[in-house]
Amino acid sequence: MELYATELMGSQAFDVQGNFVGRVREFFIEPAEASNRVSHYLISRGRFQPLVARHDQIAAVEPGTIKLNVSERALALYEPNEGWLAVRKDLMDQQIIDTLGRKVVRVNDVDLVEYRSNGNVELRLTQVDVGLPGAVRRLLQGVVPAAVIRKLQSGLPHRTIRWEFVNLIEADPLRRVKLRITHEKLADLHPADVADIMEDLSARERQSIIASLDEETAAAVLAELDARLTTQIVEKMDPERAADILEEMAPDAAADLLGELSKETSDEVLEEMPGREAKEVRELLAFDPATAGGMMNPDFVFVGEESTREEVREWVRGRQLNLDQLDSVVILDNAAHFSGTVAISRLLLASASERMADLKMEPLLSVRADADEKEVFELFDKYNLRTLTVVDKDKSPIGTITVDDVVSRLVKKR
Amino acid sequence: MNWQTISAKFENVRSGGTDLQKRIRGLRRRLTLLLAVIGPGLITSNVDNDAGGISTYSQAGAQYGYALLWSLIPMTIALYVTEEMCARMGVITGKGLSDLIREEFGFRPTFFVMVTGFLVDLANVVAEFAGVAAAMEIFHVSKYIAVPVAALLVWVLVLKGTYRQVEVIFLFACGFYVTYIISAILAKPDWLLAARMTVIPTIHSDSGYLLMLTGLVGTTIAPWQFFYLQAGFVEKKVGPRQYRQARADVLIGSISCMVIVFFIIVCTAATLYTSGLRNITEAKDAARALIPLAGPWAGYTFAFGLLNASLFAASILPLSTAHVICEGLGFEAGVDHKFEEAPIFYWLYTVLIVVGAGVVLIPNAPLWKILIFSQVGNGIWLPVVVIFILLLVNRRDLMGEYVNTLTFNVVAWVTAIAMIVLTVFLAYSSLFQSTAPPH
Repeated sequence: MELYATELMGSQAFDVQGNFVGRVREFFIEPAEASNRVSHYLISRGRFQPLVARHDQIAAVEPGTIKLNVSERALALYEPNEGWLAVRKDLMDQQIIDTLGRKVVRVNDVDLVEYRSNGNVELRLTQVDVGLPGAVRRLLQGVVPAAVIRKLQSGLPHRTIRWEFVNLIEADPLRRVKLRITHEKLADLHPADVADIMEDLSARERQSIIASLDEETAAAVLAELDARLTTQIVEKMDPERAADILEEMAPDAAADLLGELSKETSDEVLEEMPGREAKEVRELLAFDPATAGGMMNPDFVFVGEESTREEVREWVRGRQLNLDQLDSVVILDNAAHFSGTVAISRLLLASASERMADLKMEPLLSVRADADEKEVFELFDKYNLRTLTVVDKDKSPIGTITVDDVVSRLVKKR
Repeated sequence: MNWQTISAKFENVRSGGTDLQKRIRGLRRRLTLLLAVIGPGLITSNVDNDAGGISTYSQAGAQYGYALLWSLIPMTIALYVTEEMCARMGVITGKGLSDLIREEFGFRPTFFVMVTGFLVDLANVVAEFAGVAAAMEIFHVSKYIAVPVAALLVWVLVLKGTYRQVEVIFLFACGFYVTYIISAILAKPDWLLAARMTVIPTIHSDSGYLLMLTGLVGTTIAPWQFFYLQAGFVEKKVGPRQYRQARADVLIGSISCMVIVFFIIVCTAATLYTSGLRNITEAKDAARALIPLAGPWAGYTFAFGLLNASLFAASILPLSTAHVICEGLGFEAGVDHKFEEAPIFYWLYTVLIVVGAGVVLIPNAPLWKILIFSQVGNGIWLPVVVIFILLLVNRRDLMGEYVNTLTFNVVAWVTAIAMIVLTVFLAYSSLFQSTAPPH
């Protein structure tokens, strides 16, 4: 039979001789031992100190009564333990992340199932209830008979999340370690989904999630997050860690983020970044954010116009490139001036010996770094561009703008 | 010399500017910081001056002249103190008031707070649409046209707008309260007397005076506003770093709210009280009476103010209520969700508007009973909410170093107890009055 934490809370506990011991007020899980087993039962005895029963001291569980297989004297006195997850205090009414549904939800009740092991009964946590049945149970428990509640809830739509898809949120880093809470499951989600989840949480909780993600994932998530939140998070971070995360970001995204920070913080973070990355970002920061220069990514692939497709392919293969930069290749003439772009799709279809100069796409579009962002939007719209090369006043390419930069700016303006 | 060194030099020149320039720049920086945060406090406090509020203030001025003006200063303090606690909670915890009540006090208390909130807010929404009807009557528009149009307007505005757009519209609406200042000036009041009465308390002991005083407090400090205020700061993602700005927002809001109340009382005191028209029951009576006394423009601006206030409150109340209930009980909420994703939210929102506007359209509906119910409801709900706030804001595990200081706690508890005593008194006397037929 499906058991509910709400129904079991307040059950009377009897020892092996059948003597009344007290009422069960809390279930604890010890994640270090078993992720879903109720390891300890808190039994309160009015004005006496509460006791705890271990999972192997439980003989039978049913709503209203819990039987122990030992006498009262064998039970230990209760002492708070940071490594225990309390079902009522830490789980019920709190927010959790549903990693399957990719959202933040609030727990109404916790569903348990009986599991018989040698001579005793264990309770295992199966799922959390975030829907109406749990709400009804919480509201009516102890007011109307349990049978009536069960009947009532059977007609309601169920919304439950299996325990393995539940990701707890704990703002205290020490407690998080003790409870073995990781956000590994979040790293498997798309960064944009993680960002959405984080918007629903409080500042401390956001901080804790970012702290537990690896730098690459953290960078991807920060890039998707609302600028106001990103600044809050980074300002509170240790500059060294912030620099590590920013290194993983595209230079334009890193520059956008740094531009929003206070001068002191952004200087501190830049100090911690390795020279090359820091220089790149500093250069970008010098541009007005509302110009082509402020939008561009200075990492791009450029090749001479005399090179053949095969040479380009070999060259590109030879380096560790971020695939985001590979929408197109920028072509330089002999004087190292901008001479055009070639889309990757064209390279794919070209024969091995074709020269870049012959693959160039018409029209030969580029934009000056100081051009207003509106001009950039119009070019993208008019020519259905995916990328656009940014040049300095000598016509040398200094970066590219990709369509995703344009889209995110336009969405922000809306 | 490359671009960077040039710009660095330029920066040097700029930062080496004169003291005055520096000060102006500092001021401008502070202003930008404030403008980024401002909104929730200003909007919430101004929505307090809703249809019910304006009626009460007009009555206060008509019946007692300038004699109640002194209460505005203590009321500003009370408003600021209670709102500041919510602003602080929102900014520090990043959670709404209903979220915190749920997490710290469990499901059942939350449920009852939410159900009471729904009923009380529904009555308040009826009062707002009644205000729309009353204001449009002054402009000779039938309520059977005005109210449905207003309801539709409100419904569309919120469902089609983003949070930012809606906030901008609301901030504009705050600006329209200036009409009351115009009405007051047109009424040619005795400014000197008004100023003196604001600073020097005059206490009468007759029960009508006390009741009016209680009514003033009751309509100015409404329980739902705490939920809206806190949610506003959470939604704007205002963090602890911007706490000072958030506090300034609340302070500006509280003061501007009371300034408007001041002008409404002064306006009716200078006209209705002086010419002996002391028994008005509604804001529209005041507007109508103003036309012969202080000219049509005084009356029209007064009525326009009422319309603005009613529409404003009618837009915020249903939305805020639906939000608070869904968040507290764990349903999806927010206008950025589709209907299928957040059906309960949309149903609550729609029911509040449709029922709220619908009741006003029923011919001969006992609107005065509903208005009394909304006041009594506010009175009963307020103590509960304020006590929850005080318990939460003193929790060190939630608030850290931002828990109330001793002085603040003393002021807050005194305010809370005074408010509770006054509103309970109001609730009882309203109930007592409601057994007798109206006028």
